[in-house]
Amino acid sequence: MDITALTLSAAAQGIRERAFSISDLVGAYLDAIAEKDGAIHAYLDVFEDAREAALEADKKIAVAHPLDIETLPPLFGMPIAVKDNILVEGKQATAGSKILEHYTASYDATAIRKLKEQGAIVLGKTNMDDSAMGSSTEYSAFGPTKNPHDLTRVPGGSSGGSAAAVAAGMAIASLGSDTGGSIRQPAAFCGVVGMKPTYGAISRHGLIAMASSMDVIGPLAKTITDAEMLFSAIAGPDAFDATASPVKHSMFDKDMKRLRIGIPKEYFGAGLDAEVEKAVRGTIQKAEKAGAQVEEITLPHAHLALPAYYIIVPSEVSANLARLDGQRYGHHAAYADTLYDVYARSRDEGFGIEVKRRIMLGAYALSAGYYDAYYLKAQKVRRLIADDFIKVFERVDIIAGPTTPAPAFPLGSRSNSPLEMYLADIYTVAVNLAGLPALSMPAGTSATGLPIGLQLIAPRHADKKLFDIAKRIESLV
Amino acid sequence: MISKKDVHHIAHLARLALTPEEEDRFVGELSSILGFVEALNEADTEGIVPMTGGTTLENVMRDDAVVDTVLEGKREQLLSAAPERREGWVKAKKVFD
Repeated sequence: MDITALTLSAAAQGIRERAFSISDLVGAYLDAIAEKDGAIHAYLDVFEDAREAALEADKKIAVAHPLDIETLPPLFGMPIAVKDNILVEGKQATAGSKILEHYTASYDATAIRKLKEQGAIVLGKTNMDDSAMGSSTEYSAFGPTKNPHDLTRVPGGSSGGSAAAVAAGMAIASLGSDTGGSIRQPAAFCGVVGMKPTYGAISRHGLIAMASSMDVIGPLAKTITDAEMLFSAIAGPDAFDATASPVKHSMFDKDMKRLRIGIPKEYFGAGLDAEVEKAVRGTIQKAEKAGAQVEEITLPHAHLALPAYYIIVPSEVSANLARLDGQRYGHHAAYADTLYDVYARSRDEGFGIEVKRRIMLGAYALSAGYYDAYYLKAQKVRRLIADDFIKVFERVDIIAGPTTPAPAFPLGSRSNSPLEMYLADIYTVAVNLAGLPALSMPAGTSATGLPIGLQLIAPRHADKKLFDIAKRIESLV
Repeated sequence: MISKKDVHHIAHLARLALTPEEEDRFVGELSSILGFVEALNEADTEGIVPMTGGTTLENVMRDDAVVDTVLEGKREQLLSAAPERREGWVKAKKVFD
């Protein structure tokens, strides 16, 4: 039996039944990484010390009373991959950027601390677009990740390494971060489940900040149940992040006949690939056949989500990334004579092109004379976009549509065209602007075998309800 | 829409020593992105309250208590991240002439 084929929940059960050891499991994943990652490049750093952690965990199980084994935390001994913008103490945290190439984390992110408290084992750090800006992982300063389903195509991004690692059987589950689709879009491209929680559901403490009003950590996994296990382990309030909120006890335990699904007409317009439309509509029809009520809804400001996003995010980026100054940590330019030169040269040498583009755009939007026209206007439009969702959720439980307009695109096809790259996130950014929970789940494949993702969007704080509904739909696919 | 002079000025504000090639590149790229976001002007935002953050929480309070108690070695960790140091300090270029 190939134990890397097991889901997280099945592997957790296997360990409790002593069908295999944690060392077997962790070893199988490290072996899979050694065998496959040369071609895929999902990892920036692999933790060989995971074997020792596994041995320690096995010792605990060996001496444990059967009753103690039943009460082990759900993620005990589970090998998890972590995006390289989430801090793991004593390990590198590059955020995919040259500016943090030699940076070592001095503390654990809250999400990591909670994983470790459960006894989960971190397998390594995964590749990503520079500073989490990008939709293909091609902007990584350390080379692109390849899509495991087709090595000539991108895995999506920015959490491309985390998605590819799960898709290729190189991690049982992983953590990513999502500011505009960076968990859901690569999950769709790689054929795995990826969940973006309600803003604040998971502490951002120890997540390298990009756009703080939208950044959120979330799980990528093989199944909805697995993603929920990971979410539940790391969610909740945190003294280190005042925006971190308690998980609300929302749920959907009703008959499928009482499930109301809204289909936004704006997400099925021009630009949507025919195969994606067919697969997504087909999955929704299965839910309808199972009794769900499906109705067309409208999000009138949907077309303004990307424009608002590309003012608000660069503005927050330009402020947030000012802390990378070549002075206290990160890349430091040699041959800089003045303090100004230390700042300006370190930053020019350290940041990748997309990061510089966004810093420039943000600095422009926030500069004297332009603030009202760009930043303030975008924040007002953000309110209109959020209100569109609030209105729709008076009538439906969940919104369903495509995660991306098309399946994974070929490597190199968009990396020189920023606007084309931005369009890969056209259905995902509005959710971040509104702060809602959403997930992408597999909904079939194209004729050439490329995965297609179905996106489900739920009201704020209805993360648990989102998982419940997704599980119902998953069982129909 | 954006001139080379604008790009140069913004790069200064952002503390980015762009190369001449990067400056040329951004004249075109920033103009095309700004053209794209012009769509925002279609929206009637009269009387709309700007959404200034992601959370709906207000005034979150907590006890003013020490959470991290194991601080041994932390000072050295933080200092060793700095490119230049002298004794227990981060070394910087002079700020005033």
